Amino acid sequence: MDPVQIAKMIEEKFPDQVLGTVTHAGQVGVMLQKDGIVDVCQYLRDEPSLKMDHLADLTAVDYSTYPDDEGPRFEAVYNMISTVYRHRMRLKVRLPEEGPRIASVSSVWQTANWHERETYDLLGIVFDGHPDLRRILMPEDWEGHPLRKEYPLKGY
Amino acid sequence: MGVIQNQFPDGFITTKIDGLINWLRASSIWPMTFGLACCAIEMIQYYSAPQHDFDRFGTIPRASPRQSDLLLVAGTLTKKMAPILRRVYDQMPEPRYVISMGSCAGSGGIFDTYSVVQGVDNIVPVDVYIPGCPPRPEALMYGIMTLHEQIKKEKYIRK
Repeated sequence: MDPVQIAKMIEEKFPDQVLGTVTHAGQVGVMLQKDGIVDVCQYLRDEPSLKMDHLADLTAVDYSTYPDDEGPRFEAVYNMISTVYRHRMRLKVRLPEEGPRIASVSSVWQTANWHERETYDLLGIVFDGHPDLRRILMPEDWEGHPLRKEYPLKGY
Repeated sequence: MGVIQNQFPDGFITTKIDGLINWLRASSIWPMTFGLACCAIEMIQYYSAPQHDFDRFGTIPRASPRQSDLLLVAGTLTKKMAPILRRVYDQMPEPRYVISMGSCAGSGGIFDTYSVVQGVDNIVPVDVYIPGCPPRPEALMYGIMTLHEQIKKEKYIRK
């Protein structure tokens, strides 16, 4: 299915969750409110005409050093693909600088478990409802979140 | 030699006990391989590939630190991996040796960052450093032969 059409389906199903659609290099991303992320993901996975059964990637971006960016500091990014229909989709949620939190989608896709741990480890985004939110790449007693832009290259 | 010449029947040789034992030890260095990054590929090549075939020097890789004489650290040591390296080293029976293979193991290499240990000598004592990114198998061979020379100089019976 054409990604623009998928974006339209999401918008029709969740009119008060969708903030807009971003297209870059032919790839479509849907900007969402942070409240509805689990519902939207569940819908994308279970809708028979979409069947987004594989979460390809879950990560986050720190926009604090982007000169033209005016939105909240962080952005969680969800990339998914349907192994049945071979179509892809991207969801984006902006998160504030102070206490970035978002609901965990590990109940929708098992693989989100480790992805969310990595995002928490490196960017400090807290995933509510995650079964085991520990650091995954850095040592357990590590302080700070290394992928944040203010983190010095050689550490504190 | 003149005093004991022709004093024994045929088939005897005379030698120093240190020389004999050190020769035996140096000729059977069993390394615990600790491959951490791309250097490990070079290390495997040198162990097993027919061009280098280091088994002929008695260097037989072991999978257990308890059977090993040499800890061969090949690659980038991250701070998360550092406690495991130390534990492996502590499990090895003495006498034990450490070879640091490659730029990353020797000094952190290009990874002058928050997550990388700036040289494995911060964690374990190193006997031989092999530079290179990665070192060629010949360089690793030379490193192990340097270790052979070190072992042959040791006084094993009386320290």
